[in-house]
Amino acid sequence: MEQFAFYLFSVLTIGLFLVTVLSNNVLYAMTSLAAGMVIISGFFFILGADFLGVVQLIVYVGAVMALYSFGMMFFDATREIKEKNTNAYLVFFLGGMIALLLVVMFSAPIAGEGIVAMYPTPEGANNPQAVGLVLFTKYLVPFEVAAVMLLVAMIAGIILAGKKMDNSLTTKDENHEEEMTFSLKDVR
Amino acid sequence: MIELSHYLIISGILFSIGVVGVLRRKNLLMLFFATEIMLNAANIAFAATSSYYGDLSGQMFAFFIIAVAASEVAVGLGLLIVLYKKQGTLDLDNLVAMKG
Repeated sequence: MEQFAFYLFSVLTIGLFLVTVLSNNVLYAMTSLAAGMVIISGFFFILGADFLGVVQLIVYVGAVMALYSFGMMFFDATREIKEKNTNAYLVFFLGGMIALLLVVMFSAPIAGEGIVAMYPTPEGANNPQAVGLVLFTKYLVPFEVAAVMLLVAMIAGIILAGKKMDNSLTTKDENHEEEMTFSLKDVR
Repeated sequence: MIELSHYLIISGILFSIGVVGVLRRKNLLMLFFATEIMLNAANIAFAATSSYYGDLSGQMFAFFIIAVAASEVAVGLGLLIVLYKKQGTLDLDNLVAMKG
């Protein structure tokens, strides 16, 4: 049963991502990417990483795909994309070779020596509990840094995508207004 | 029981699909989609090794990759919107400012 699910998911993800890469329509590419990400969360559930699967569903399929669909409103999504393609076989060959090289580079140390678990899974805890135990002890500092990074990304997204951000609301009657508006217009 | 190598092979296949997309595409939005595919392939490899070696570090790295991908999409889409307002297109060939 597990093997059946694994091979079904493999075939489906490869097909869906090939549609994403090869399609000329933005909407087809985006929907197939979203479906592929749902199925990738299925891989995580097979592997017993329940929390990671749920995060994948919420963040990727929920947040990232919604962001892409909102971004699609700014672009002309219905039009076919005209691309001037160079030699397709060369591209496929190069892509395959690059991926093979990366796999060899990163799997050489794994094959060379035995791997010992640095942070073994705690006994008698299910997956979300174990993830919480490791995340809030060993990986606390990266976790906080990731939180700050997400805040910075949110502010950057608002600044970049906002329409009427030229006239600032907070520094309306101050001397800085000239500089502020100038710098923001300059960015635009 | 599926072996670890099968997961790594599927991850490598998905990653090469993403690399092909990055090399082939000329539209910036499609380049972003291909980048997401590559990040997901790396996530599969991390989760598989994590569960086969009984080590949670792989899942932690997958979490951080997801966080990085989310912030990358937020900033990148903002930049794309600014670029589209300015240029009216997302084609990479039109962005060549310095032709040598």
